[in-house]
Amino acid sequence: MEHGFYTLQDFLLYTKGWAYILMGASLVVFLAYWKFLFSRDKD
Amino acid sequence: MTTEAVSKKTLFTPFNVITGMILIMGAFLTVWRFGWGLGPVTNLDHNNPWGIWIGFDLLCGVALAAGGYVTSSAVYLFGMKKHHAAVRPAILTAFLGYLFVVIALQYDLGRPWRLAYPFVVQSGTTSMLFEVGLCVALYLTVLFLEYSPAALEWLGYKRLRNMIHRCTIALTIFGVILSTLHQSSLGALYLIAPSKLHPLWYSTYLPTFFFVSSAAAGMSMVLFEGWVSHKAFHNKMSKDYLSQHDDLYYSFAKGASWVLLGYVFIKVIGVAVDDNWHLLATGWGQWFLFELLGFALLPSLLYAIGVREKNLKLIRWTALLTVLGIILNRLNVSLIAYNYHLPSEMRYFPSWQEFGVTLFVCTMLVVTFKFIVTRMPIFHEHPEYKDEH
Repeated sequence: MEHGFYTLQDFLLYTKGWAYILMGASLVVFLAYWKFLFSRDKD
Repeated sequence: MTTEAVSKKTLFTPFNVITGMILIMGAFLTVWRFGWGLGPVTNLDHNNPWGIWIGFDLLCGVALAAGGYVTSSAVYLFGMKKHHAAVRPAILTAFLGYLFVVIALQYDLGRPWRLAYPFVVQSGTTSMLFEVGLCVALYLTVLFLEYSPAALEWLGYKRLRNMIHRCTIALTIFGVILSTLHQSSLGALYLIAPSKLHPLWYSTYLPTFFFVSSAAAGMSMVLFEGWVSHKAFHNKMSKDYLSQHDDLYYSFAKGASWVLLGYVFIKVIGVAVDDNWHLLATGWGQWFLFELLGFALLPSLLYAIGVREKNLKLIRWTALLTVLGIILNRLNVSLIAYNYHLPSEMRYFPSWQEFGVTLFVCTMLVVTFKFIVTRMPIFHEHPEYKDEH
């Protein structure tokens, strides 16, 4: 659902909050993915 | 194969007949377009001034020609010397890709003799198109120089060949810089149209999306082109090239998998920073998710599985899926999600002549590629220059 934003501060707090959460998630996902992608290289 | 053996073969092969028919049709369409203008041959109008000659020929052509800078930088800058046999086919594909992008652009622009006007008649340095034009012109020159040693070895111009060969690293660095600039600038072209492009595709990060996806497109195109060439020109390939083939596939599949996952993440971040989550539930949102999940996330995972399982067949089909995904993305930005708010009767759909010219240009590219690889040292080393490049 679309949010009602009354100030630019509200909008940026909300969207940047999402961006930071996604960036944090990407750190975890990329580490796991790297392991998945390269784990069989030594075989 | 000797020259006599080639000349003894019949000219009327299915490939030659179909190619000949397309070239004749293309010549006819060329006269029509340049003689009578854009109006009679295209469905372009003031709402849709750019059609498939830009959306497909230019945007997809440039993205898919990214294999040149990706491969040459991997080998000459990042030290992946074991893949050096892949450089020449990748550079040739990129050179012909850009060359025919410029040729196709002439159909859209008209007056080919004015091609150099942006550089000499007016400065136009604040225009994004000027930057794209300058980068493409310079990069086409760089690609010509990078490709030229193969042609010079074939022609026997040893001194000139050695002179250009010594500039390889400088040319590679220049090529990467120019590619970074114009691959992203092609996305930046659409920053001027926030009200026309659907919000799910419009983002201030469009230049980044275009550049990152071009790297994945380049690697996938090298894999796809290697697959097709393997079938068509197997007899032209040296043992060296063939022995590196599997390793190259796994390396590039890993790279493409990694880049595609990064691309998916920045696209999701693009949705987040513009707060476009609610649009994902709409029809356009489903189309956006179909593109992102089906042609970016899925190929990323399939590449990874292909690498882990040492499954070359899976990697090849994934390369094709990625290439189709890049084409879909560029068409979405330039045509499908562009002017999305217009009623259907005002939307653009290409005329048969536009499709014909695109087919003509693609066919000329294939014919030129075939001409070069059957004569010049592209898939094999020239006997006089073993282990030199």
